[in-house]
Amino acid sequence: MSARPRVGLFVTCLVDLVRPQIGFAAVKLLEQAGCDVVVPAAQTCCGQPAWNAGADRHAVDIAWQVVDIFDEFDYVVAPSGSCAGMIKRHYPEVLKNDPRALALAAKTYELTSFLVNIRGMKAVVAKCPTRACYHDSCSGLREMKVRDQPRQLLKSVDGLTISELSNGEVCCGFGGLFSVKYPEISERMADDKIADAVATGADMLIGGDLGCLLHLEGRMERQGKTMRVRHVAEVLADAI
Amino acid sequence: MNADPRAFKAQARDALNDAKLKSALGRLKTRFALKRQEAVAGYGDFEGLRQAGRAIRDYSIANLDRLLVTFERNVVARGGVVHWARDAAEAQEIILGILRDAGAKTVTKGKSMVSEEIGLNAHLESNDMIPVETDLGEYIIQLRKEPPSHIIAPAFHLHKEQVEEAFRDAHTALDPNRVLNERQALVAEARAMLRTSFEAADAGITGANFLSAAEGAAVIVTNEGNGDLTRLLPRTHIVLTGIEKVVADLDDVAVLLRLLTRSATGQEISSYVSIMSGPTGERPGSAFHIVLLDNGRSKLIGTQAQDVLRCIRCAACLNHCPIYSAIGGHAYGATYPGPIGAALNPGLIGDSTYHHPNASTFCGRCAEVCPVKIPLPTIMRHWRAKEYADGLAPKAMIAGLGVWAFAAKRPALYRLGAKIMTRALKLMSRDGAVHSLPLVHGWFAVRDFPAPRGKTFQELWRERA
Repeated sequence: MSARPRVGLFVTCLVDLVRPQIGFAAVKLLEQAGCDVVVPAAQTCCGQPAWNAGADRHAVDIAWQVVDIFDEFDYVVAPSGSCAGMIKRHYPEVLKNDPRALALAAKTYELTSFLVNIRGMKAVVAKCPTRACYHDSCSGLREMKVRDQPRQLLKSVDGLTISELSNGEVCCGFGGLFSVKYPEISERMADDKIADAVATGADMLIGGDLGCLLHLEGRMERQGKTMRVRHVAEVLADAI
Repeated sequence: MNADPRAFKAQARDALNDAKLKSALGRLKTRFALKRQEAVAGYGDFEGLRQAGRAIRDYSIANLDRLLVTFERNVVARGGVVHWARDAAEAQEIILGILRDAGAKTVTKGKSMVSEEIGLNAHLESNDMIPVETDLGEYIIQLRKEPPSHIIAPAFHLHKEQVEEAFRDAHTALDPNRVLNERQALVAEARAMLRTSFEAADAGITGANFLSAAEGAAVIVTNEGNGDLTRLLPRTHIVLTGIEKVVADLDDVAVLLRLLTRSATGQEISSYVSIMSGPTGERPGSAFHIVLLDNGRSKLIGTQAQDVLRCIRCAACLNHCPIYSAIGGHAYGATYPGPIGAALNPGLIGDSTYHHPNASTFCGRCAEVCPVKIPLPTIMRHWRAKEYADGLAPKAMIAGLGVWAFAAKRPALYRLGAKIMTRALKLMSRDGAVHSLPLVHGWFAVRDFPAPRGKTFQELWRERA
């Protein structure tokens, strides 16, 4: 694409509330990839908590709001496989295959897969002298086919080595409201994931979905463990 | 034990605290998941096979009425009898009637989840009959008086020491000083005990993995050969299964068999595949009965849960489920645990199974490994939506989502709320994290919440611009 594409950044409600630096990192990476980035002020949430809870009426209202706000852009990019997956894989069902929902779904991407697959980004200029492991979120991995893209970009980060988890395809136990509804099961799943991460010898856990990361970091805080937890955008944008 | 799906949360907590169960469940990956992975890789175009399997099952469900009538006609043509059971009670009475007519006392049984579904053993026992499970896993849990914890490996929750204990308690006529600490010794003892039951049996009951309409045949897979002995030794053979198991012909069965054994145990084929039609042998009085159970299945046709009827009960979804891997099968308090239970139980059992479709992170691994591509999380979500609409969801969740959604639909209000929230969370944090908050006890019961920076992205972005 010769002209600079206009990308609407879907910030995600968690990044907005808890880790604004991930939003800035995403903007920086998208600009490096030759995009004009717009952050619509009217965005709130993708509506996934309502949809997954079965509160369909709320989910439909919020999905229409997202379609109205974002359908003007060439692409919609979220620093999250989960929120991007909601728009790309579930909005067609939520909005009963409305053409505008299908059009939005077709141009919505998770950040690292957009950078690599759509913008052809091969490397970043960043430094992070540490040994890290990468946590694949289920929605990124299975709904958005995100696996190699973040690893490819992380490989170019100066000083960073990535170790693979031995059960990388297994859920960490976040699951949105699941983490609140079934805390003990979620705890076991987090502990298994953390043990897997610790066993790699890494001292940083990197992931592409802030929900998983807050859950795992919060569990480590509670246990007094000290592994640093960072979003992939922060590492790639040299903003850790 | 653990028979109540409503007590799921408490039962799950007990399961999480059970160290023996934890180590037993730790074997799911090596015993099942890795073997499946190898078998799938060895097949070649497994995805093509899945699509063929899905098409066969969809055809079956779409033509269920016609196929069942054809099946019945062909069973009768070969000297068998077909019985139709609307629910568990009807199936129990039909089977009891057949057994009484046959003058049966001892009844051997092949492995059948439908038999568990209708609580057949308890019913037979209360009518002075002696059901004997002949699948090793089923035999073990029958001795222990507990339900299966897994669809294809009923005693998966147990270690061999627990099996030894069950055998010593039950087989009191044997030498108490015998050595019984090896797997082989346990198998040999079970085989010897079962032999007397096989010899004594007046009737045998098996399930069916598939029914073939064109041949009027029931097909079962086993690795122990116990299905054949259950069918062949007594004069009366009863097949008990669900109406949805029928397919057009044995060609369709062949495709599904390739999917079933690879998905279940990672085998290219099971040790035994038995195709059973009509009464056996030349003995006078031989009888072949097929009891077809509905029990809520037919009312799923035409609903958003219809695809769950494709299931061929391979248990791959259990073996790859992080929830099942954490709590095992008994915590569900229902015959079908794991993702297939979560998608099926609300339809078969109803509101008491509220937790089953809710206890999922929607991680999607179950749908990824399902041999007939059942969209399990989508069906679980359908049940959640129904529960929400029916007012079964917890009031606190409905209220919380209501407040949140009210704001999420009003961007200016939402931005204000987010500003207040991020500041409040920062103020409440100590040492980089919030340690507790009212209303979201579930989160803080097991973890902290990493502290936010005190301003939202939207604020900082507008300040910068």
